[in-house]
Amino acid sequence: MVAGPVGSDRAVRFVPMLNAAMSPTFYEFDSGDLLRLYKEMDERDEEPVVIYHSHTATEAYPSRTDIKLAQEPGAHYVLVSTRDGADAPAYDGPVEFRSYRIIDGEVVEEEVRVVGSYSETAGEQNRGEN
Amino acid sequence: MAIELRVPTILRTYTGGEKAVNGDGATLAEFINDVNGTHPGLKERIVEGEPEELRRFVNVYVNDEDVRFTGGLQTGIKDGDVVVVLPAVAGG
Repeated sequence: MVAGPVGSDRAVRFVPMLNAAMSPTFYEFDSGDLLRLYKEMDERDEEPVVIYHSHTATEAYPSRTDIKLAQEPGAHYVLVSTRDGADAPAYDGPVEFRSYRIIDGEVVEEEVRVVGSYSETAGEQNRGEN
Repeated sequence: MAIELRVPTILRTYTGGEKAVNGDGATLAEFINDVNGTHPGLKERIVEGEPEELRRFVNVYVNDEDVRFTGGLQTGIKDGDVVVVLPAVAGG
């Protein structure tokens, strides 16, 4: 997960989480880890900004399970596909890295652009620029 | 005194945007029923089925203890306790 200040829409604090499901086809945070994460975010006045995971054999698009279980309406759900070997250090090809809003079962893809600094996005419609 | 329910973002539509609401009860089941009386709709987002059980992808904690390990909906609670509801972060 990547957390950020409440209302900022900026992903600024990377929080590595373990997949308690220990599965290549399903992920879930451990319930104790989940509580600690949310308490920590609460103390720091943060919220989840990016919730990401990989699909190891399929495209970087939310699965039916992803859509059914998405319960953070404010988060950007980022998916990476490693079906072409993008997880290998030697891989040099294009990487499927896509982002979505998932609210009430509805999926809306959003543009992803890599920038060196948020100042490069000045003037764009982005809650984070304030 | 009362028992406090900390409400996750996705369920704040049922609490008028409030992050926390109060209720009473001797068990978690009673407490959820009580809170649902003042905030209708909350219960069915936390509980499902007959007999009622906690939803698989909703985590509930009483004083930081996951209630799945303390008796589920029959977990005893008392004044001053804090009940936290967190949706699972999960997918596949």
